[in-house]
Amino acid sequence: MNIIIVGCGKVGQKLVERLSEERKHDITVLDTDATIIQDMIGQYDIMGVVGSSVDVKSMDDAGIDVADILIAVTGSDELNMLTCLLAKKLGNCRTIARVRKPDYAKILGVFREDLSLAMAVNPEQMAANEIAKVLRFPSAIQIDTFAKGRVEILKFKVPTGSVLDNYKVMDIVAKLKCDILVCGVERGEDTFIPGGNFVIKSGDLLSVLSPVHGEAPFFKKIGIKTNSVKDTIIVGGGDTAYYLASRLCESGIRVKIIEKNAKRCDELCQELPKISVIHGDGTDNRLLLEEGLQGAGSFVSLTNIDEENVLLSLYAKSQSNAKIVTKINRIAYDKVIDNLDLGTTIYPKNLTAENIIRFVRAKNNSFGSDIETMHYILNGKAEALEFRINETSPVCGIRIDKLNIKKNILIACINRNGKIIMPRGSDIIQKDDSVIIVTLSGGVENLGDILL
Amino acid sequence: MVLPLICAFVYGESENVVPWLVCIALCVLFGFLLSIKTSGDRNMFAKEGFVSVALSWIVISFFGSIPFVLTNAIPGFVDAMFETVSGFTTTGASVISDIEALPKSVLFWRSFTHWIGGMGVLVFLVALLPLSGSGNLHLLRAESTGPSVSKLVPKVKQTAKILYLIYISMTLILIFLLWFGDMNFFEAVTHGFGTAGTGGFGIKNDSLAGYSAYSQVVITVFMILFGIDFSIYHLIILGRFRDVLKSEEWKVYIGVIILSVAMICVNCYNLFDNISDAINHSSFQVASIITTTGFSTLNFDLWPEFSKCILVILMFLGACAGSTGGGIKISRIIILVKSIAKEIKIMAHPKTTLKIKMNGRVVEHETVRSVNVFMVAYLIIFMLSILLISLDGMGFETNFTSVAATINNIGPGLADVGPASNFSCFSPFSTIILIIDMLIGRLEVFPLLLLISPYTWKK
Repeated sequence: MNIIIVGCGKVGQKLVERLSEERKHDITVLDTDATIIQDMIGQYDIMGVVGSSVDVKSMDDAGIDVADILIAVTGSDELNMLTCLLAKKLGNCRTIARVRKPDYAKILGVFREDLSLAMAVNPEQMAANEIAKVLRFPSAIQIDTFAKGRVEILKFKVPTGSVLDNYKVMDIVAKLKCDILVCGVERGEDTFIPGGNFVIKSGDLLSVLSPVHGEAPFFKKIGIKTNSVKDTIIVGGGDTAYYLASRLCESGIRVKIIEKNAKRCDELCQELPKISVIHGDGTDNRLLLEEGLQGAGSFVSLTNIDEENVLLSLYAKSQSNAKIVTKINRIAYDKVIDNLDLGTTIYPKNLTAENIIRFVRAKNNSFGSDIETMHYILNGKAEALEFRINETSPVCGIRIDKLNIKKNILIACINRNGKIIMPRGSDIIQKDDSVIIVTLSGGVENLGDILL
Repeated sequence: MVLPLICAFVYGESENVVPWLVCIALCVLFGFLLSIKTSGDRNMFAKEGFVSVALSWIVISFFGSIPFVLTNAIPGFVDAMFETVSGFTTTGASVISDIEALPKSVLFWRSFTHWIGGMGVLVFLVALLPLSGSGNLHLLRAESTGPSVSKLVPKVKQTAKILYLIYISMTLILIFLLWFGDMNFFEAVTHGFGTAGTGGFGIKNDSLAGYSAYSQVVITVFMILFGIDFSIYHLIILGRFRDVLKSEEWKVYIGVIILSVAMICVNCYNLFDNISDAINHSSFQVASIITTTGFSTLNFDLWPEFSKCILVILMFLGACAGSTGGGIKISRIIILVKSIAKEIKIMAHPKTTLKIKMNGRVVEHETVRSVNVFMVAYLIIFMLSILLISLDGMGFETNFTSVAATINNIGPGLADVGPASNFSCFSPFSTIILIIDMLIGRLEVFPLLLLISPYTWKK
């Protein structure tokens, strides 16, 4: 597909990185900064155009007339929307804009038709949704939903002294009698898609797939608490905090926001009457203790400075048993940060890029791939893909244990008319099922690709 | 090298089959050795791109010269190397006095090196091999000509393919047209290759003088065509004529050609029988020199000084950026002339803000700077080469034009290296200097300088 990416900030770069990895797209980037463009075309196999996205000439140079998708991810909402509007007039492409200001986000529904946006992405809102999901199930580090919300993949850490220590994967079903599936294990730098004989160790990060709410018995049996947090302390009152607080209020969680800027405190207080807003410096240890950090159920650091967030989270970890969530803007250091035991880390830029890529993939369906939805799991090392089965599919009507499936690929779940089946060897994939596949290798575009 | 082998078979040169087989075996062996010793790090940065281009040109020149030695066409290794580098860099300067005595397979190989070297060896590889990754652009950039190289389409591989497709189809048309005239198939192919790469190796001692006016005109036209930026053809194929018209370089290029032809015609009028002869010969020579091909239809060394001087100036101008030709490149000249005009304006009005524009858009300061530096480096190397070559004790005109002819990848110079003679008169030392000049000229100075710079090899 021909994709134009406008704006080469962190999100733009991440998009280029991921999309050019797939190799089947012709990508053109457009930015006003010649240095960044130089840098990008030196790094990736893409075309670069220096110019403004609201300039007809630059857009022509970028090939707007043949583009299939235009993604506007500059720092300015207004520019993004205007770019999409112009793109629609100049060519015939689907447009995606990043719109982050809460005010715009609210009214976007009103004139989305006029802007003819295929998708509006809001990194802050996405980050907030992600955090809210995690706070509702604090033992999980990451939660992805599939099959229209019927299936979840939860990532959690096996605590020391857990029942699961030295447990074989096949014994989970046999001994614990739980209908869940371990679809991925991360141990240090290594990532596995475990077979039945794989032995779990404490400290592993387990990704388990289960029907929604089906995981509760499993977690109860292995002694991990599953109930939502009761209250939370948020440091930093930016847009993400606003979105998060309003979501958490809806589910009845008590929210306390600590914010330095008095004016912002006033705003938050007016917008969200149910929460308590504290005007003060969140990096002040005494203030945190005073506001009950030690007894808090969860702690979310959302300041705009990554270093501050990391330190705050580490401090909170040392003072309490709270579920810790840390927002990190800079993507590049994720490996280092993962070693710090910060609980859940949220990368808004990554989330944005992944959401857009999911859209691109779905759009790609008409170009020969059958993927319905796609998530990066296991820290971006594996993909979970959802496929719909038709009668011509090579896996249709054959017992699963008779299928010759490639290494590091797992048929994780079958959704038959809304009924979730955890596939065993004797199950047969039928027409109109949708199937979730977990793969480490990438490059799977239709179900035929999983067979040897 | 399989092609010349076939050629040797076809023309019944059984005694030459063995050398070609040996060469092919050597190349395969070397390639095999290289492929064993690959490092795990597949990342290619700008430095690696430039260095590998420079290195591979030296390596292919080495292997390319083996056939000349083995078939006894050129016994001396340095001379054989000169001939090969001259081929790959599309210079067309020769050390062989009696070309017609060479076996056909060797003649074919000489012309074929032009064709491959014209567009670039590694560009060809990028188009063919399933290389992935991002560093390929650096290869393309190091090997293509002109001040700023950009891709035609987002993917490097695709770009390389488009370039080669244009190149191949134009070559085929040319060969067909020549074959249609008074050349036989072999002559048409070798001259086609020589013209397409803007090389200039002929297969006759008197270059193209012996052929009909039709062949000469066809070659003139195609030399000029191969001297134009290939992206122009891409734009024409896409039907974007407005962009084609906006491009300044080819217009200046054609203008220079017309002007030079006119001046030479007037200056040399009494040397020719009639006006059409005058136009034919002067346009052939002008096209041959400005595109840095180096074919000739007569000995222009006998022309009046004014005409010779025009030719020498044309040597330096060179063809358009992004073509197969050599020289400084018209686009660099345009940028330089415009920066001179800018400098004058700024002296008159010190506070004016001025930007150099080309093809209707602003030329980045970075590009202007690199053009300036290129010119300085080019001049220094040029003067240094003349100094070293003058050790041989030849006339100044010979020294000057031989360096000009090699560094600009043209072929024949004036006086002792004029179209009627060749480069065999130089000592091995001077020959090596000229070999280096040719490589520097073809790769546009910096890749080779980077290769010998100590900074490159420091960890």
